[in-house]
Amino acid sequence: MHNFLDFEKPIAELEGKIEELRHLSDSGDMNIAEEVTKLQGKADRLLRQTYARLTAWQKSQVARHPDRPHFRHYIEQLVDDFTPLAGDRAFAEDAAIVGGIGRFRGYSVMVIGQEKGSDTHARVKHNFGMARPEGYRKAQRLMEMADRFGLPLITLVDTAGAYPGIGAEERGQSQAIARSIEVSLGMKVPVISVIIGEGGSGGAIALASANSVIMLEHSIYSVISPEGCASILWRSGDQAKEAAEALKLTAQDLKKLGVIDEVVAEPLGGAHRGADTTITAVGDVVERLLVEMRRKDGTVLKQQRRDKFLGMGQKGLS
Amino acid sequence: MNWIANFVRPKIRALVNKPDVPDNLWEKCPSCEQMVFHRELDANLRVCPHCNHHLRISARQRLEWLFDDGEFKVIELPETLADPLKFRDRKRYTDRLKEAQAKNEDKEAIVVAHGEIGGSSVVLAAFNFSFMGGSMGMAVGEGLLAAARLAVLQDAALIVVPASGGARMQEGILSLMQMPRSVIAVDLVKEAGLPYIVLLSDPTTGGVSASFAMLGDIAIAEPGATIGFAGKRVIEETIRETLPEGFQRSEYLLDHGMVDMVVPRQELKVTLGRVLNLLSVKSPSAEIVPLPGTEDIAVEVEAEAEVEAETSQETAENGKGEPEDGKTE
Ligand SMILES: [Zn+2]
Repeated sequence: MHNFLDFEKPIAELEGKIEELRHLSDSGDMNIAEEVTKLQGKADRLLRQTYARLTAWQKSQVARHPDRPHFRHYIEQLVDDFTPLAGDRAFAEDAAIVGGIGRFRGYSVMVIGQEKGSDTHARVKHNFGMARPEGYRKAQRLMEMADRFGLPLITLVDTAGAYPGIGAEERGQSQAIARSIEVSLGMKVPVISVIIGEGGSGGAIALASANSVIMLEHSIYSVISPEGCASILWRSGDQAKEAAEALKLTAQDLKKLGVIDEVVAEPLGGAHRGADTTITAVGDVVERLLVEMRRKDGTVLKQQRRDKFLGMGQKGLS
Repeated sequence: MNWIANFVRPKIRALVNKPDVPDNLWEKCPSCEQMVFHRELDANLRVCPHCNHHLRISARQRLEWLFDDGEFKVIELPETLADPLKFRDRKRYTDRLKEAQAKNEDKEAIVVAHGEIGGSSVVLAAFNFSFMGGSMGMAVGEGLLAAARLAVLQDAALIVVPASGGARMQEGILSLMQMPRSVIAVDLVKEAGLPYIVLLSDPTTGGVSASFAMLGDIAIAEPGATIGFAGKRVIEETIRETLPEGFQRSEYLLDHGMVDMVVPRQELKVTLGRVLNLLSVKSPSAEIVPLPGTEDIAVEVEAEAEVEAETSQETAENGKGEPEDGKTE
């Protein structure tokens, strides 16, 4: 592990020690090997304890972890013959949102999602997963295409939010998001959304107006970032921790509120410590939902999607 | 009104210091900072007579000034969970709600009413910016859904007048969920083949602009309104540049193709009446009386009211939009 979060410091220290000892044990010293095993057990316990009770703010950091699997990793592992489709046919190609057709466990599907990028070059290319209107308009184009060809839509949501810029506003960021929601809600094919990391506000719901919305265990989904909320309601960004708690942005709270349908467990220590396992688990849930939904008539799917959103807000948290 | 009258009168009043004249009889225009006598301001639909600045108005004022003869029926909105998240920042959300309710005529940030505009049946949902910044939470979402359902039931057009800073943060994800819910509301109206018109007023931003507010069949903006997705400060901090002149204002949006027209408050009623008429009365008929143009509105208010009364009678006779109040509420 190269990137440890602040609250993982004790774990990082243990693992550092283990690493040092391992170098020494190359000489074949049995005592050192024993010590390594002992320390490893301790590190695992600490990791388990820490991740069993992550606070909302800690989860926000895990959700944004640079090593967390991103859109690209899901595609590589789950979708064969992925064929990306570019451009909104009006202004530009926006790589913050990637979309295309491909084969997911035998089914031909449309996949759309934000890509945050895992290195500097990719982050800049994909604008850190913050889409401009063109990204959302490309998404609409692909949604409409999926609808026409009867391809189920899978979206992978991972964004801090829509990009706040002059050009984005001039070209109708609001309209682009609004219309994405509208197109998604009107689809007559299964729509399944997975919040794989950060579900940031309007930029997220634009791709998450789905029949089923599932979330990874340590992902977050919120109307505003904890930092943004703190700076408005607490008048200081330093209160992000309090804001994260108050916003109830964890998968567990959102499930209780009836806003999301399912929580997918992450491996010990978070998705970034076991990308393959995480991605397979997501794939399994999506496949199950897809199989269920494919049997249903298009108008039924559309109505069920509507009813799901209309039914929200019946229960609060105690 | 001339310069002297406006500038000198408040000053004289201050000098004389008559105790029986309350301060709030004069209002300072937030744009040009001139003092305007409150009656004059109201007679001018709260548009500054000096600089034409459109002051924010309450939902009730909006209804009075848009419906024919100022007549309308407000509908009771469904109850929603009061504080689903048990949210607390520096204050409890429930306390913020109580404060907002104490200083407002209405219990939430939206008021829904039905009546006629230019003789056409209309359900109108107007936001109250003074109620927690017009923010959209569950109650507002339910209000929009109720408005849409009523429009479908009455075969009426839906007009929404947002005045909102965006989502109600204190309701967390449930406020975000009002984006798809409000979109469903407008789609109910659209699918019924009825017009959905948005009248964007100051401000229309954040989650409100990124949902129902940008999906109107026709989008009309009031002059000078701030309309946009991201807040100006957020954009400046992100791009580290100063924003262009007039950025995110109605006129700027018109130039960029985001709204159909920018219409002064005094002309809104006539414009809405005309548009609704064109969208619903689709073939020539001997009974149709052409609506007056937008010119001379100020002087011909009475004449116009007569014409509108006539047209409304005719539409009712044609079997369109005859809201029998009993059955709709
Ligand atoms: Zn003025």
